[in-house]
Amino acid sequence: MAEKWTIGSVREAIAAKKVSARELAGEFYERIAARNPELNAYLALSPERAYAQADKIDALAAGGKPLPPLAGVPIAIKDVISTRGVKTTCGSKILENYIPPYDATAVERLEAAGAVILGKTNCDEFAMGSSNENSAYGAVRNPEATDHVPGGSSGGSAAAVAAGLAVASLGTDTGGSIRQPGSFCGVPAMMGSYGRVSRYGLIAFASSLDRIGPFATNARDVAAIMQVIAGRDANDATSTTAPVPNYRAEMEKPVKGMRIGIPKEYFGTGMDDGVRQKIEAGISLFQKLGCELVEIPMPHTDYAIATYYVIATAEASSNLARYDGVRYGLRVDDASLLEMYRKTRGTGFGPEVKRRIVLGTYVLSAGYYDAYYLKGQKVRALIARDFREAFTKVDVIVTPTSPVPAFKLGERTNDPLQMYLADIYTVTGSLAGVPGISMPCGKIGGKLPVGLQIFGPAFGEASVLQLAHAFEQAGGATL
Amino acid sequence: MKISREDVVRVAELAYLDLSEAELEMYRAQIDEILEYIGKLNELDTANVEPMAQVLADDQTADATLREDVEVPCRDAVEILKQAPDPEPPYFRVPKVIER
Repeated sequence: MAEKWTIGSVREAIAAKKVSARELAGEFYERIAARNPELNAYLALSPERAYAQADKIDALAAGGKPLPPLAGVPIAIKDVISTRGVKTTCGSKILENYIPPYDATAVERLEAAGAVILGKTNCDEFAMGSSNENSAYGAVRNPEATDHVPGGSSGGSAAAVAAGLAVASLGTDTGGSIRQPGSFCGVPAMMGSYGRVSRYGLIAFASSLDRIGPFATNARDVAAIMQVIAGRDANDATSTTAPVPNYRAEMEKPVKGMRIGIPKEYFGTGMDDGVRQKIEAGISLFQKLGCELVEIPMPHTDYAIATYYVIATAEASSNLARYDGVRYGLRVDDASLLEMYRKTRGTGFGPEVKRRIVLGTYVLSAGYYDAYYLKGQKVRALIARDFREAFTKVDVIVTPTSPVPAFKLGERTNDPLQMYLADIYTVTGSLAGVPGISMPCGKIGGKLPVGLQIFGPAFGEASVLQLAHAFEQAGGATL
Repeated sequence: MKISREDVVRVAELAYLDLSEAELEMYRAQIDEILEYIGKLNELDTANVEPMAQVLADDQTADATLREDVEVPCRDAVEILKQAPDPEPPYFRVPKVIER
């Protein structure tokens, strides 16, 4: 069994010269070469960039200089996040040969903190999907059960960490795309508050919802990544100036007396019995830790998927208008400009992306705007109000991340609506803008991981991490 | 039926998206089912609810965080043009749009 590295153990080993950052990067590339042909978690590797960065870290260690917080930590980046000089396809044929001329701020900050970027991970095309089966470059397999999906859309980022092909990774979450694959692959996965992490360099899907966040092997490592990537960035007007607390210090605080809201709307019909059993065991664990359980109403939960698929597709139809065959990406030639647009987009986009562009354009079009888009925005306000009111009574909210564990490859691909419903417990927090984490909460039959979701109030990442850490320390992952 | 074949044709035209006959029918049927599901939003009375376009508080919105309008030269122009399917530096070339 290959060694399970953490951010802490990597840093210590490099400081003590037990391993060099270069050797460690090499070890991870060997693991990737052995396992990726089956899993398809990585779409591109960036060894040149990784070894150059590793050598910088090794020079620091050799000189006995202090090491930065993520020194030598091998990290994978979802392929919707721009990396200078490294191909970034968004899992789409329309960007098959696109090489960004700049780094996303999150990537820049990770590297500045000493991280070694190994490569780019597979995902649903433009982050649209819940199973990673919408990638133009083939599905990813779940390392815990290879005939199952890893979840989506950040399936490659989740699978890479679960299989030990990266110590941590970045994903993006628009309706559940970090938390749900984290749940399916059994790894901690966090989406910070809307506005917490800069999205400069994130290729846009739905701008009022998109967020960047980490996957890692434990809650402490999640906090370490958040610490580095959170905070104001002048290049993203939606990144806020709210101060970033010291997460590592905050999360060690005792959770006794913490008030945990349990909304009954997240335990309804359609929930797998195995998931229910594990989540109930998880809730009992919080009781043992001295937390206070409070039943709270979240009456608009059932309207979240409908609201999400109006707002997200509307925003997507607008954002994806930029793929016109002129400035970057694919062009399918035609003597007429308008025909060139139509052919380029019709050829370059895959089925799910086209479906969402058609739906999103429809709900924004004359005669339907009020009935769908405006209505969706109003119900979004009600869903956000559910959260605001709940957080006047409780510190955090605990729910399942997904009503079901990982499903089999191909099982849901013919029914888009059924696929959308897999996000039923995650889209609420996306619409409300609050932070959320999915923590491993045992495995059904010792095989399929279950994820327990913790929501906090806006910019309450510290409380979310605090409870996640306590849960993990109390054995939550092996319930 | 919520959405007709003509609706899908019109929307695809608005979005400059070439769709085959098979795609037109598949998306029509699938989107019809999705719109049927979305119809459940009408169960809620939202007459007195303000629409929410984004979640940030007033002091955190883009308006509150806009930078000074200072000219910054683009240093990546050469790299950016390299990504274009048909560059003619310093321009992007497109098929002719104005007929004489």
